[in-house]
Amino acid sequence: MSASIHADTLTSGKHWSFVLRRHTRLRLTDIDGGANVGMLFYNPQNLTERYNAPDTLKCQHTFRLTAGHCLYSDMGRIFCSIVTDTHGWHDTVCGSATKTIVAAKWGEATYQTHRNERHQNGLDSFLVEAAKYGMKRRDLAANVNWFSKIAVNETGRIAFDAAAAKAGAMVELRFEMDTLVLFHSCPHPLDPSPTYPKKSIGFEVFEGPAADQTDACRLSAPENGRGYENNRIFHACGCH
Amino acid sequence: MIKESILSSNTARARKVVAAGDYWMDIVRKGETFRILDLEGNQAADTLFFNADDPHERYSACDTIREQGNVFITAGTVLMSDLCRPMLTVTADTVGRHDTLGGACASESNTVRYALEKFSMHACRDSFLLAVAENEQFGLDKRDIAHNINFFMNVPVTAEGGLTFADGLSAPGKYVEMRAEMNVIVLISNCPQLNNPCNAYNPTPVEVLIWNAGA
Repeated sequence: MSASIHADTLTSGKHWSFVLRRHTRLRLTDIDGGANVGMLFYNPQNLTERYNAPDTLKCQHTFRLTAGHCLYSDMGRIFCSIVTDTHGWHDTVCGSATKTIVAAKWGEATYQTHRNERHQNGLDSFLVEAAKYGMKRRDLAANVNWFSKIAVNETGRIAFDAAAAKAGAMVELRFEMDTLVLFHSCPHPLDPSPTYPKKSIGFEVFEGPAADQTDACRLSAPENGRGYENNRIFHACGCH
Repeated sequence: MIKESILSSNTARARKVVAAGDYWMDIVRKGETFRILDLEGNQAADTLFFNADDPHERYSACDTIREQGNVFITAGTVLMSDLCRPMLTVTADTVGRHDTLGGACASESNTVRYALEKFSMHACRDSFLLAVAENEQFGLDKRDIAHNINFFMNVPVTAEGGLTFADGLSAPGKYVEMRAEMNVIVLISNCPQLNNPCNAYNPTPVEVLIWNAGA
């Protein structure tokens, strides 16, 4: 059914990247509860095609991301769909913490004094991973922050909901086209923790079935049916 | 927050009407004030800002929302860059709220939102791409076209995490005004969208006005 290809963990404040083939799956686990996984997506054949948070939100009339949702590129295609989610509400509008934000919230902890326990930030993590593929700051976009819930009230005020964290929470993505994935385990910029959060994440890449015609993500909105059709055209025309 | 301007349109150093479906791209200098006027009501002015002295620093919806703790743009909002630096401050707003979650329309996203057959209709992203192609002096390309502001659009979030495209709060003659905190390139696509009731399926002109610093 689902053969594991690769599994590992990232302790807090680390970053990594890989290209995932169409139809492979990525399972992320918030091992301790309270982790954050910043993530960005690109088409490896055309790096200017990237994850587009506004299109993802407006096409599905949603502010939160959860099971049934698809993550769209700026070209009207689906990078991946969220097939399972035991957390329930993931953020994609608050961006990444910077070195300045981290130092102001949790104090500086440099490599010289703290080695790999330093207080790394999400922006620098993305800059390093993006550079491995020839990309710079201008290639970054609004990212997903898995396992971080941001609620909004009627006046538009946002609030980080620390009570939403669950040890063992899991989200599973099914890739609908070949996708370059950049990710980090740095804290969410609005995490209210009084100390730099030390939370590990698990990640596993595995084989799984493709979305069939009755797939929940395909049927969750008429917009997603059209998104899947755009992917079908993309692949049928010879792009892999 | 509703706040009237203290500036008279008679003292503006520049005025320009931007037709629906066109773009407007120009530099507003630090200290100058810039107004977008909704001439006929409920038009969407999709707007991007770049640092004129380093155009690869750009408006960031994420930094703006996070730093002010609110998803709406209105009087008092500081528009932040992707380096988390202030670019402009909204000094007057007679609408009350503006959207920065929904982004611009594009030919490709129109196929998803409305119908596959809509792919060839004019869209804001095309105007943005033409603007950066026709203004090579700024050194911008598709990679620099990010998450914009939709002035005059009303996009509230529900308690359950839904996103709604509500009736507009704007009306003929309403405006939003901002002071540049650095030299900025302003890029507006006056939205040509024909598939969305937000503008009553009728895109209309907006006017741009600029005042010198200290006006």
